[in-house]
Amino acid sequence: MNKIWLIIKREFLTRVRKRSFLVVTLLVPIAFAAMIIIPILMAVSGNESKRIAVIDKSGIFNNNLPDKKGVYFKYLPDANLDSLKRHYEAADYSGILYIPDIDINRPAGLEYYSKGQAGISLESAINNDINNVIEKKRMEQEGIDKSRLDALRSNITVEFKSGDDEKKGNSWVAYGVGYASGFTIYIVLLLFGTSVMRGVMEEKVNRIAEVMISSVKPFQLMMGKIVGIAAVGLLQFLIWGVLISVIYTVIPLFLSPESIQAASQSNMMAQNNNAEAAEAFRRVSDVVGSINWSLLLSCFVFYFLGGYLFYSSLFAAIGSLANEDATDVQQLTFPITVPIIIGIMIMMKAVHDPGSPLAVWGSIIPFTSPMVMMARLPYGVPGTVPYWQLGLSFTLLIGGFIVTTWAAGKIYRTGILLYGKKVTLKEALKWVVKKG
Amino acid sequence: MNLLEVKHLKKYYATHKAVDDISFDIRQGSIFGLLGPNGAGKTTLLRMITGIFYPDEGSIRLNGHPFDPQRDTPLIGYMPEERGLYKKMKVGEQTLYLARLKGLSEKEATAKIKKWFDKFDINSWWNKRVDELSKGMQQKVQFISTIMHDPKLLILDEPFSGLDPINSNLIKQEIFNLARQGTTIIFSTHRMEQVEEICDHIMLVNKGHKILDGSVKQIKQDFKQGLFRIGLGVTPNAAQMATYHFTIVSMHENTVTVKMNEDSTTNDILLHFIHQRIPVTYFEEILPSINEVFITQVQQTEQAPVATAAQQPA
Repeated sequence: MNKIWLIIKREFLTRVRKRSFLVVTLLVPIAFAAMIIIPILMAVSGNESKRIAVIDKSGIFNNNLPDKKGVYFKYLPDANLDSLKRHYEAADYSGILYIPDIDINRPAGLEYYSKGQAGISLESAINNDINNVIEKKRMEQEGIDKSRLDALRSNITVEFKSGDDEKKGNSWVAYGVGYASGFTIYIVLLLFGTSVMRGVMEEKVNRIAEVMISSVKPFQLMMGKIVGIAAVGLLQFLIWGVLISVIYTVIPLFLSPESIQAASQSNMMAQNNNAEAAEAFRRVSDVVGSINWSLLLSCFVFYFLGGYLFYSSLFAAIGSLANEDATDVQQLTFPITVPIIIGIMIMMKAVHDPGSPLAVWGSIIPFTSPMVMMARLPYGVPGTVPYWQLGLSFTLLIGGFIVTTWAAGKIYRTGILLYGKKVTLKEALKWVVKKG
Repeated sequence: MNLLEVKHLKKYYATHKAVDDISFDIRQGSIFGLLGPNGAGKTTLLRMITGIFYPDEGSIRLNGHPFDPQRDTPLIGYMPEERGLYKKMKVGEQTLYLARLKGLSEKEATAKIKKWFDKFDINSWWNKRVDELSKGMQQKVQFISTIMHDPKLLILDEPFSGLDPINSNLIKQEIFNLARQGTTIIFSTHRMEQVEEICDHIMLVNKGHKILDGSVKQIKQDFKQGLFRIGLGVTPNAAQMATYHFTIVSMHENTVTVKMNEDSTTNDILLHFIHQRIPVTYFEEILPSINEVFITQVQQTEQAPVATAAQQPA
């Protein structure tokens, strides 16, 4: 036990001390922070106010274009377009909106001048405003009462409830959470699995394996590596968790309250209806609250470790078959990466349709269950995922990694000492069933 | 006292018998040479003695007890033929790690490593990474990491491969030192000149069988062919050399190599030259080199029909 502890410690420390560990561990939360900060900064910086000179030869638009935060229309019906073009910047205008004398049934020739590009949001805002005014005029012409029309419009959302306690659900939140956690498990399996394989290959190619095995059992060497790398992964996730939550709490302190308010206001404005946005927000937070986070988190840790143990020993076995030629190994990893890729594909289906037979069986069979079950769980336990399915999935994954570790151990202890010989997968599988 | 007693050891693979009924004893403090061509089963035999493989049959007694790989690991130092170090680890950390896996406490291990690093004058390497060292330097570190826990049984598989003559000699001297202090050493190789120089006792294996074993002196005696080299004061003519006691194998100016007749003695030969009034400047017995014994013995066993080709790595 003392020896395996020494091995775990070495595997852990050599990886954690590497510069690349530090870089990756810090970069991920920074990228995450950037994802939050940049949109806020963009929203804030987009708020510099624009004064737009409007030359309206038709007289339809005068004082009818709504000023909004950051965009102000100044009506200059008598100005000359050519002379204004020359000095509009000096007069502190960002641009000129020119409207010729148009027929509202066949409007044409509306133009906007500015030095630089107007920007997508301004373009769409101006188009929107102009169209609104023209629509209103046309309705008046046809004798339609605008307020009556607005009253007739329908905009309702069906509330989807699930379970006996009629929890409000929102498939989109479940979809997002399920997809994210399933995908994370997929990355973990491939990334840490290959890390284990590389470690084993390193030991074999550097010829340290036999030196080690004269002091420790092959199984201890293999498990030491697997557990050591798992510890590195858990540490990394822990640091990410802490840093991300720190970033979440710290960002608001750095950004002034006004800018946050401005940012959220501009977001709401984009939806054009504050009440609707508030309603949407209320529903999202309802759903976020409806997800059983503690269950989800503990299942994530379970499937993270279970899936990792299930696959990493197989990766270790493949690594032990390596010779100097690394391309051999690429071929040998194929049978392991295929089920992982099938898993991610089923996972992508399962987030759309968590109750389908493919998703159910994919979440029970241990080759794919770590990814697929994580995609289904946010849809609700025991609503979408009955307890028996979760229990069966747990049991099979535990049984699965005991079997793979046992089989991989047998391949590993023969492979790690075998030099100068190319081993086929068939031979390696024979080692599993042979005596001793 | 025998440190190691191996009885009827067998290890069969699917395709061939790697070790087939081998028995031998090694006296404490002796240097025991394990010889054999590639694929003879040397490595398999050593892996059973180090506890890496379990024998199919037979028994191993180490230090007076039945061998228990778990308990006895600290008694053994093994430098396999396929050896190496973690390239990215620092020399000091690396040796400390290997020593601790042999069951030494951190304090003990550090003291031992310091002692050996002083002895080999490599203290300045402590913080160097292994891949910054030359191959010869790495071999030195490898050797130290094999012996730093003071094993009772030191097993060296081709220890001089990849070493320059200076480092070879350094390690050779250290092997003699350790043997003098009571360490028992198994030395596996197929380089015969080293065997004659270093070993007290040898065992020759081929195709999983023991072909012969005994002391180096005794084996040379056993396989001598009655050849003598004689230096003469004058160049004799053919008539002067005609005798019942020997036949001439070769003659080159004043040096003659003869094969003694089976019922003659060395004195009969000397008397012949005295009677012929030919002055003898020197007279020496030609003993076979271990290399010659090795080649003839291996060839003899090769001729015996053996079913399958060896597949196990040497």
